[in-house]
Parts: sequence; structure tokens; C-alpha cells
Amino acid sequence: MDAAGRDRVEAGQGVQWSDGASAAAVAEAHRREWAFVLAATVRVTRDLDLAEECVQDAYAQALAAWSDRGVPAKPGAWLTTVARRRALELLRREATMRRRLPYLLMEQIEPGPGDGDAPDIPDDRLRLIFTCCHPALSVEAQVALTLRLLCGLSTAEVARAFLVGEATMAARITRAKKKIATAAIPYRVPATDELPARVDAVLTVVHLLFTTGHTAPAGAELIRGDLVERSLELARLLRTLLPDDAGVAGLLALILLTDARRDTRMDANGRLLPLPEQERSRWDRRAIDEGVALVRHALRHRPPGRFALMAAIAAVHAEAPAWQDTDWAEIVALYDLLVRLWPSPVVALNRAVAVGFAIGPAAGLAALDALVAEPQLAGYAYAASARGAFLARLGRFGEARVAYEEALLLTENAVERAYLAARLENLTENEPSC
Amino acid sequence: MPQYLVLIYDDEAVRSAANPEEFERLMKAHEEFCAADGAVIRGGNALQGADTATSIRPDSAGGFIVTDGAFAETKEVLAGYYLVEVAHLDEALAVAKRVPAPFGGVEVRPIRVFE
Repeated sequence: MDAAGRDRVEAGQGVQWSDGASAAAVAEAHRREWAFVLAATVRVTRDLDLAEECVQDAYAQALAAWSDRGVPAKPGAWLTTVARRRALELLRREATMRRRLPYLLMEQIEPGPGDGDAPDIPDDRLRLIFTCCHPALSVEAQVALTLRLLCGLSTAEVARAFLVGEATMAARITRAKKKIATAAIPYRVPATDELPARVDAVLTVVHLLFTTGHTAPAGAELIRGDLVERSLELARLLRTLLPDDAGVAGLLALILLTDARRDTRMDANGRLLPLPEQERSRWDRRAIDEGVALVRHALRHRPPGRFALMAAIAAVHAEAPAWQDTDWAEIVALYDLLVRLWPSPVVALNRAVAVGFAIGPAAGLAALDALVAEPQLAGYAYAASARGAFLARLGRFGEARVAYEEALLLTENAVERAYLAARLENLTENEPSC
Repeated sequence: MPQYLVLIYDDEAVRSAANPEEFERLMKAHEEFCAADGAVIRGGNALQGADTATSIRPDSAGGFIVTDGAFAETKEVLAGYYLVEVAHLDEALAVAKRVPAPFGGVEVRPIRVFE
């Protein structure tokens, strides 16, 4: 295969769907089976780019074949067979050509009876996940590879998700793939002693995807539903593949419990509604029930993981019938544990906010002021807006105004900006007119 | 099997503040590392200080400019290295974490193979 062929695939927009039931089935298979098909094809190609091209090709073939002959009983197995056959074809043709990158390293592959026979296709998704989320790659690259290789997003879609140019994203992905090949990052599931740290790296990536979707760092939309759903699917996939891991259970619980509020986070006019103003009867009960059960499971692990504790905090909110009923003492206690386990300035900030509700705005403000020296919070909009809220509750409107103005300067999401602007305006009305 | 160069970097300010006992401990730690991981070590050396380095760059006239000092002036300087041969990066990182480097840290670089 020539370089131009690869570039065309790199720049591709994914598979285009036409109307009809088979097209819907292909779209469904794209969402559900992409990671499985790609992971199994990488085993044959030992090259990520080539595997991607073959899988794209298999989905394109499915579009025609499934509308002619109907949707196969096992779409994933059908797609894998086609992709692997294509890979073997291209590999034979390519054998005489110079390779760009070294082959991926993997443990000895036990030859299955007949390549592509459905029951013999191994589930290599964990290998793919651990390769994408390898700590020797930058976190940005880990996130990009996860969306691209595990979720099957095109480079353009990944670029849009993170509001960077497509050329920048393409370069980031190419560079990461090159490092995987040349530094010999293996296509493997880490050994037991490495596993906890490596699983945590994977969870960090999925959590970052979720938070980016839950409140978009910039742009016109508050929520990027597509990213939230991708992160939820990834967390569910990890739960299937690593059923005994408490951290995975904790992260899935956190996503479910936080996302359960999605439909109530804005009013009909697109105005942001903070937690006290949300209509709790419209929170997603099924997601909450599932999340609470997972939190219980995750907290049995000692010491509890950071995601389990964050999920436990979300569960306290989920289980309060109304804002006034929130068990703030419990939330502060959970934050105390979390700060000890995961001493990050952002966690300390959230704890300070909880203290403000548990004890009072003066105590909250004092806890916040204790964090002013944290460089990580200096450019953090939520630190400024939390300060503004406590100052306003204390009647110190002039200082509250300064804090809200600072928050507004640091906020790039349009819906959050509108919310902060409204708070500022409200402040003016309350300000003593002397 | 891939080979990796594990480069040991020292913060020279930290190193010069160390006392003789610390250097003795460090020597012993390297001996122990070499004994424990000898099976994958293909070579290695400690280097003299960066103040003994000489850098050579080509000039624009086809000749050379020879200057006193290390190639890049940084806080951490190259202080030694091990060449290791292992199955993949995960194993290289595991070995690299065992390399004694109390005055800085290590960098792992895959060896390029020309075919």
C-alpha cells in the first residue's frame, strides 16, 4: 500500500451511512464493535494504521453486503473476518515494500484453527486499551488514541471534541503511533504487579473524556453529549473486561451518578441551573440506582479509590430528596478522605466549598483562602466563582463582584459565562447604593 | 530484542552537596543493580562531570567550532548510562526504575536499528 492510500484513510470521515435497516445495523456495529474488530485485526497486521484501514474497509463492505444478504448473526465476527482477510491480502502485497514503522510487539500468538473463524477470534480489546493509555505517551495523545482507536472516531471528530485544528490532531495521533512502534510499547495486558497503576492511567483517560463532555471547557454548548456517552461506553466496557477492579466500578458509578442530572442542568431557555435549582424528580433514577449499587461494591475495596470516593459524594447528592436535605457533614467527611488519598488542589477546593455549606459561608471562605497559594488554582475559574458565591452570601458585594469578574475572565464556555454574567448582574441589584 | 539506553541525569548542584557516605551508598546501589539485572545489561558507564565535556559543532565554513562544556546547558547533566536489552518498553521502564539515580532521574531511549 502506498503512502497516499494511508493518508486518504487518515483524513477519512469514517464510513458514510445510507438509509435503511442494514445501514442502521452497520452504524450500530460501528458503535458497538469497532474496538473489538480493530483489536482483533491489529493482532494480524501488527500495525495500527494498516489495521485501521482494513477495519474501515470492512465497514464499507458491510454496507453493501448486509443490504444484499441481510445482517449477519454476529456482526462483530463478520467484520473481523473481512478486516483480517483484507489485512492478510495487503500484508502479502506489502511484503516486498519497505515498511515505515517497526511491527508492534506482542507475546507469541497462538495460531488459531483457521484465521477469522468467529469462535476463535480472541478479545484483544484490553491490549488495545492498555496500548492507547500507555503512560509513556502524553495524556493528550492517550485521549486522542482512545477516541480514535477504541471509539472509532475520525481524526476530524477527535479534533472537534478537543477544539483543536484537524492538522494538529492528525500530527498528535501520528506522533503517538510512531512512538508506540519505535519505542516498542507492547500490545499486551500488563503483568499483575503493574496492573493497578496501568488501570489507573486508563481510568484517568476515561474520566478526562467524561469531564470534558460533562462541562465543555469552551464553546457554545454546556454539555458534549457525544463525549459523555463515549466515556460511559468505555467505562462499561472496562467493567465487562475487568469485573473485579474496584476503581473501574467507582468510575462507572461516578459517571452514572453525575450524568443522571444531565436533563436538569439547563432550563428550557438554555440557562445553566446549579445543583440547588435542579428539578430532582427528573434525575435519571435508573442511572442513580445502578450507580449507588456500584459505589457500594467499589467502597468495599480498602483503601477506597479516588473514583469510588468521588462517586460516593455524587451518591449523597443523588439520594438527597431536596437541596436542603443534603448531608453536608457526610460530604465533607468523604472529601477529607479524598484529600488524604488524592491530595490535589482541585479536590481541596471542592472540600472548601462543601465546608461552606456544612458550616457556613465564612468557614467556606476561610477554607478557600487557605488555598490561595496553590498555583494550580490561580487560573481556575471555579476557585474564583466559589469565592464570589461565599462573599455574596456574606454581603461583601464589592469583593464578590471582583471574584465573579475574575471567574468570567477565566471561563470560555458560553453557557457558564451567561450564568456568571447573571450572577454579576444580580449582585448589582443587591449592592448598597451609597 | 530491542535495546534501550537508560541515561542517568544528575542535578549537579544536588550531587555536589552530597557527602562521601552518600557516594559510597550510591556505588553499592549500582553494584547491586548490576548484580540483580545483569542478565539484561549490555553495557554501561559513569561519566566525568559536565565541566570536563568538550562540544564540537560544524561551522559554516566546513570546519569545526570546539567549545568547552556540555552540548546543552541544563540543570541536569548526563552522568552515566546503561545499555539494556529487553522484550519491550514495559520491561525497559521496569529496569530503568531500578537504576540508582538519587541526584536526578533517568531517561529511556530506544536504540535505533538500521537494516
